[in-house]
Amino acid sequence: MSEAALVGLFVATVQFATLVFLAALGELIAERAGVLNLGVEGMMAMGAVSGFMVGLETGSPWAAFFAAAAVGALVGGLHALVSVLLGADQVVSGLALTIGGLGLAAYVGRNVVGERPETLFTDLGIAGLADIRWFGDIFFNQPPVVYLAVLLGLAVWFVLTRTRLGLALRAVGESAPTTDAVGHSVMALRAGAVMVGGAFAGAAGSFLSLYMAPGWTEGMVAGRGWIAVALVIFGAWRPGRLALGALLFGFTLALQPRLQSFDIELLGVQVNRISPALLGILPFVLTVVVLVIISWRYRHRPSPAPAALGLPYRREER
Amino acid sequence: MAKKFLLKLLVVIATLTLVAVGCGNDDDDAGPVSPSDEGFAAAFVFVGPVGDAGWTWAHNEGRRYAEAQTGATTLFVESVPEVAEDFRAVVVDFIENEGADVIFATSFGYMDPMEELAGEYPDVVFEHASGYKKNETNFGNYFGRMYQPRYLSGMAAGAITEANQIGYVAAFPIPEVLRGINAFTLGAQRVNPDVEVHVTWTFTWFDPAVEGDSAAALLEAGADVIAMHQDSTAPGLAAQEAGARWVSYNSDMSAFAPDAFITAPVWNWGPYYERIIEAVAAGTYTPGSYWGGMDDEIVALAPLAADVPADVAAEIDAVAASIVDGSWDVFTGEIRDQDGNVVVAAGETLDDLAMLEMSYFVEGVVGNASP
Repeated sequence: MSEAALVGLFVATVQFATLVFLAALGELIAERAGVLNLGVEGMMAMGAVSGFMVGLETGSPWAAFFAAAAVGALVGGLHALVSVLLGADQVVSGLALTIGGLGLAAYVGRNVVGERPETLFTDLGIAGLADIRWFGDIFFNQPPVVYLAVLLGLAVWFVLTRTRLGLALRAVGESAPTTDAVGHSVMALRAGAVMVGGAFAGAAGSFLSLYMAPGWTEGMVAGRGWIAVALVIFGAWRPGRLALGALLFGFTLALQPRLQSFDIELLGVQVNRISPALLGILPFVLTVVVLVIISWRYRHRPSPAPAALGLPYRREER
Repeated sequence: MAKKFLLKLLVVIATLTLVAVGCGNDDDDAGPVSPSDEGFAAAFVFVGPVGDAGWTWAHNEGRRYAEAQTGATTLFVESVPEVAEDFRAVVVDFIENEGADVIFATSFGYMDPMEELAGEYPDVVFEHASGYKKNETNFGNYFGRMYQPRYLSGMAAGAITEANQIGYVAAFPIPEVLRGINAFTLGAQRVNPDVEVHVTWTFTWFDPAVEGDSAAALLEAGADVIAMHQDSTAPGLAAQEAGARWVSYNSDMSAFAPDAFITAPVWNWGPYYERIIEAVAAGTYTPGSYWGGMDDEIVALAPLAADVPADVAAEIDAVAASIVDGSWDVFTGEIRDQDGNVVVAAGETLDDLAMLEMSYFVEGVVGNASP
């Protein structure tokens, strides 16, 4: 195993992790406010295509990134409208958002398939640090979105746990009637959380189409949105654990191609003889294992899931 | 309200098309027609979007070619899942509502529902790409000997690589893919005996992020040329970014990574679609298992990059000529597998069955043929 290959393993780990972490962080915000949004896949696709098209038009990856976030927020707003304001079933509305979002993205992007924007996100190459052996490429020579994702993760943690807004958000995820009684607007909090969550998913989509797999083709999100939904459970609705889960997931994804070319023996097993198909199911096996652990640890306590998750709120039915 | 209106509209359309189909059947009874006649239609079921630049794009180019050549009306639906109910719904709509006379289905997973439909609609011709089932009257299959241009693309790649390490991003360990990798490797070895082909399985036909990363991993491991059996362009973009080279697949993808592109084994379905449409219209269609090669032009090699050495380019032309005239084919012995066992004896050539069941890697491939 060469140095380049080992460094590449961790560079790719961080990038795959960033992609799903951004989307999952958005989903976490929505779920902490009590709204399950299964439309992440659709929002990511819309973000990927709109970000790509804005990138083509403007030549600016940042303009593309924020446009994708705006589109993600708008698409998330649809879910908010249907499931929060009108009180429709969140599962149905979210699934509709995924199916509709994928279809709409395919339609919107039908004429830009195969095109390439002038500029994409480029690796930052932080002066002086990027040249450090081993660690330089992994920590100091990543695209800017990676660092932004770290900052956003910290910001979400801070807002959720250290501010009044965060308290209100978490409260509405535990019990909407109580929050309503205190005088907060349930609708505004939840709709806001869903739209911010959508913005995160849209931004994640543009990271895909403007860096990880430059270009737009239908189906390019390839299930990452569903991974994001699973990661929120995996992370027990906490940003820190979410980051850990994302890194673990990114690592298994990055390991899959590289293990096949590593000619090393581990515990008497030739690693490049391990089936990559087996490796591919690792994240999902991990998810199930973590679910079991969570439910075991919380067997005498309330589950870490927001108590009002998935429950629509209608004041008159209180 | 809107729902009721849509329902009414649907009923009206259904009634009208039933009448139309009735007329269509009368036409059929009247004997041979011209493909350009009103009422004749050829319908295509695609597994991906026509804009995928790969597999489905190539089929759609074939459809457009056949339409231009025959004047036939052609219909298509994109991104139809390989789910029996979905496929059925699309095909039944083509037949009942659009009066389709021939259905082309372009993915392996459509095979079983297509067989059933062929039984239910004996007056419609069913043609299935990449499958192996057929019947005596109205259901045939077709595919191309992609391993032939893959061998030629391997020759070009073998001449270009300086590291003598070529990375191959491959979808699934099925005979079609193994055959392609082996042919590519044999071609590369022909011009460069020291070359090794390192295979990475992605277990996906289309996931650009994973395919691009797999190419990056192979490049990190020391490869300087990337070949692929995938439907996205991501491996080429990864090669271009790393300053490495790329052999694409399905279509000439030089526009996606112009600096990296060497050449590509490409599909050319048009002439086959034209022939089948003509035969169906003339009433002379008989189903078969078509596996055409470069002699039929259903598969071909894209133009070579300018830096492929002239002597290698000339040799590629010569080999291509011997494939086309039938005097030589790719899997001609002596060929050894990864473990050094002789799989094709000197002077012998593999028959079609052996090629269709190929389950090993030839010498020079580094990787696991049954992961």
